[in-house]
Amino acid sequence: MILKKIWEQLNVKEQCKKYGLSIWQCPQFLFLVMGVIIIIIIIVSYLIAARRIYDPMTAGLIIIISTTILMIIDYIIVHSFERLAESTRMKMEFIGIVSHQLRSPVTNLKYTVESLMSGGGGETQKEQLDYLTILKKNVDRVQELIDDILVVSRIQTGVLNLKKKDFSMIDLVEETVAEVKPISLASNITISLKKGNNIPSVFSDPFWIKQAFKNLLDNAIRYQIGKGTIDILLEKRGKSLYLEVKDSGVGIPKADQKYIFQKFFRAKNVLKKQTSGTGLGLFIVKGVIEKLDGKINFTSKENKGSTFWFSLPLK
Amino acid sequence: MQTSNKGKKILFIEDESALQTTFGDMLTKQGYEMIKAMDGKTGLELAKKEQPNLILLDLILPKMDGFGVLKGLKEDQETKQIPVIILTNLENTGDVQRALELGAMTYLTKANYSLAEILQKIEKVLL
Repeated sequence: MILKKIWEQLNVKEQCKKYGLSIWQCPQFLFLVMGVIIIIIIIVSYLIAARRIYDPMTAGLIIIISTTILMIIDYIIVHSFERLAESTRMKMEFIGIVSHQLRSPVTNLKYTVESLMSGGGGETQKEQLDYLTILKKNVDRVQELIDDILVVSRIQTGVLNLKKKDFSMIDLVEETVAEVKPISLASNITISLKKGNNIPSVFSDPFWIKQAFKNLLDNAIRYQIGKGTIDILLEKRGKSLYLEVKDSGVGIPKADQKYIFQKFFRAKNVLKKQTSGTGLGLFIVKGVIEKLDGKINFTSKENKGSTFWFSLPLK
Repeated sequence: MQTSNKGKKILFIEDESALQTTFGDMLTKQGYEMIKAMDGKTGLELAKKEQPNLILLDLILPKMDGFGVLKGLKEDQETKQIPVIILTNLENTGDVQRALELGAMTYLTKANYSLAEILQKIEKVLL
């Protein structure tokens, strides 16, 4: 039992995973690094002291005492980091639980409204149906928000369920484009897809990749004014698979660009035009792609359009 | 009312009374005979007694959870052939896999399906 506890404490990789932090931001790992550095300092200092001072034992003792004090201070600093990370993890866990609890009543509301709309409570007048449609739209928005918050909480607590397998990215892209086509046509937006030669299958999580790609496509459709275009490019670039979504939409103002992947951030020019959208989509896309060892970025010019891309490592 | 569905029994094991009402009303209107259970233990007993054509099963339930009910149903010769549709708010890949391994026919997450889509799934199973 004690051995198990010691092993758990020493298993730095597992502990860092629990916090959802990268290894270089993880308190346990940093403490280990500090410890190693201090040991090196002791040895080097001792060797130097041995050459310079007549009585090396005293010099060594001084160095050991000073290093011990240094280690205690380090430990306190690292411990505070640890508490900070733990409290963030607990907050996200709490948000996750609350969102999950909210799901049941919202689902009940959704089904009740749907039931009323389809005549479950007797025949509905046109005006009543209009009100029910408003109610339905808003229930859908709350549901979307809850779903997004749940995913954010999973990303941040490091418990996002990933199921990797080999799959065809071409199929995934074509399938997703076909799904959004009715909405894009209704919005007067033409989607074109360009595929490179010899695109290999990729080992990743098709569910989350599809969610990420769909999110980029939804944004590309949503933030266009009137007639527009979306150009998708899928190709192999070195040891990665590259997917790009280029739109002719409103673009992101330069001042807003550095915040675009942050939670709940929505660019100023978008806020003027659109009321819907949770402001969590791009945060989720980035979180998911990075959890799958991919890279994501974008370029954008206000009133000209944006190009978002992500790449996934190939075996 | 659709007469082709007459006599087909659906057991709905769900502890949310609001869902019992909306689903119950919708399915009754379609001609199905509805049997309701508010907890897992009662649901399992009713399945044996009533021998429904289909079971709609939630996973988070009092007294016995949905996995326990599913296991009980599939271990019993009298109930093992009854198709089970899971209707839940749990969307963890592990939960989906566990339910399917225990013998559930379909796994539907409430947040992702509309009432009409769920009805379609039920009709498909009962064809």
